[in-house]
Amino acid sequence: MPIPNIPVERSFDPQDTQYDAIVIGAGMSGMAAAIRLGMFDKKVLLLEKHIISGGLNSYYSRSKIPFDVGLHALTNFAQKKERRRPLTKLLKQLRIPYEEFKLTEQFKSQIHFPEVKLGFTNDIDYFIQEIENHFPHEKDNFLKLLEDIKGFNEVALDNPYQSAKEKLAQFIRDPLLQEMILCPLLIYGSAWEMDMDYSQFVIMFKSIYLEGFGRPEGGVRTIIQALINKMKEANVEVCYRNGVSEIIVDNNQVKGVITSRGQTITAPLILSSAGLPETLGLIPTETKTSTSPTPKTGKMSFTEAIYITKKKPQLYGNDQTIVFYNNSEKYNYRCPDQFIDPQSAVLCFPNNFKYQNNHQGPFADDFDQGVLRITMMANYDKWNEAKSIGREFYLSEKEKVNQKSLELLSRHLPHFDPSEITFKDIFTPTTVERYTGHFGGCVYGSPDKTRDGSTAYKGLVICGTDQGFLGIIGSMLSGISMANLYGLMGQQ
Amino acid sequence: MEQAEVRQKVLDIIEDVALDEDLSNLDDSVALRDQLDLDSMDFLDIVMELKKRHKIEVPQEDYPQLATMDSCVTYLTPKFNQ
Repeated sequence: MPIPNIPVERSFDPQDTQYDAIVIGAGMSGMAAAIRLGMFDKKVLLLEKHIISGGLNSYYSRSKIPFDVGLHALTNFAQKKERRRPLTKLLKQLRIPYEEFKLTEQFKSQIHFPEVKLGFTNDIDYFIQEIENHFPHEKDNFLKLLEDIKGFNEVALDNPYQSAKEKLAQFIRDPLLQEMILCPLLIYGSAWEMDMDYSQFVIMFKSIYLEGFGRPEGGVRTIIQALINKMKEANVEVCYRNGVSEIIVDNNQVKGVITSRGQTITAPLILSSAGLPETLGLIPTETKTSTSPTPKTGKMSFTEAIYITKKKPQLYGNDQTIVFYNNSEKYNYRCPDQFIDPQSAVLCFPNNFKYQNNHQGPFADDFDQGVLRITMMANYDKWNEAKSIGREFYLSEKEKVNQKSLELLSRHLPHFDPSEITFKDIFTPTTVERYTGHFGGCVYGSPDKTRDGSTAYKGLVICGTDQGFLGIIGSMLSGISMANLYGLMGQQ
Repeated sequence: MEQAEVRQKVLDIIEDVALDEDLSNLDDSVALRDQLDLDSMDFLDIVMELKKRHKIEVPQEDYPQLATMDSCVTYLTPKFNQ
């Protein structure tokens, strides 16, 4: 089934010079924030430096084939009307009907370590059973951990940092099980290496193990299109290919921005989804009043190899939705010393979801072909250096990623035939940086988060991954919460 | 404006804020929060909609007055008639 392309309807220059609020970045959080403010008649300008929306979860086409970047699966899956779920909250706040995201559930996923393979689905009982099968002595401990997680308020804006590894060790004794539980949660969201904050651990745990994976039919375009429609309804003015080159600050108070196309736009409120260090970097040194240290740039970036194949992954012998592969008992979630760390990877097979609508045939989904995606941890500095050495060297390193990815595919898809690859594409940390503007090509932001979104400057608010919510549902909720808190509350 | 009309206006707002909820069996004397999936974000929306549609301001300290449909109507009727 062809995936509808998002119609091109772009303006570049703002129609006015004065707004109630400026939102920086048309990613998930920026669009959600802009919708909330626009819904209640705020005059909102959304500035996006790229030509399309989506940010870290965007899309492109090559040879007429639509590709998603970022989004492997949507976490926080919920059924329609399921109460108190982040997805339900988000849809209500943006007034988007459940059906519009066209969500389908995963088949099953796997945490794949050398000696043990743990499966999980969107039903936590399946995971509990898997743990009982492989770690019988840990079942009760795991149930206690579950109780703690269910009772924890992970979205409280004032939770102090607490090591997830230390907390996890209070419940789970077996180091292998600790590592296996952490693996998907780290690689799907941690800005910290080797560990994460317990609040973020709980967010990720709930979103992946308790709520689970889904995929919008049509991929991330379906969600982006729903948000674009809502922005239009809410009279949000969006300018593409027009980023922010300077945030104007006077006496600790935000005054507006100078756009990359040179316009000066004033607004008393700026919501930035550009990242914390990136946003503070837009304030000229002479107007900076804060003496606190510059927030760190996140270290975690990735390569991804995407293959289009003649057959779908089930015919190659794999019906998993996502495989979290690790080749040792310890999971080394960190920026590798080399270009990539081939010892672990995430394999994502977007064909393997329970598609329902309007598809025919035994492997009915919204693809005509097989799609295989392999993500590996990567070292931004190495890739950046390779770029400066020259295109040939950079391409030869990309080819090594290709070879490693093919090796992994052969291992996980018993009937895989590389000659049936009809198209491949590989992106690296420098690709991420080029398209998103995130320093170091980092995907989960800075390890320094601002949980309440505040900065040292009045009227300058951070939303998105550096505010500390995760995943695309989390980032939209971040935009919503920050717009509510700073743009709507106390101002009625 | 009659109380019944005010009730209808509030109901219209809740219908839009709590998309997908069935409002036909609402008990006016029981907290809305206990009958519908409404959290503080949704109450903010009710307040924002009252302002947007009817130019009625509800200061933050009065939010508890919106707990049940009965209390909404009692609290809002004089405001609608101002």
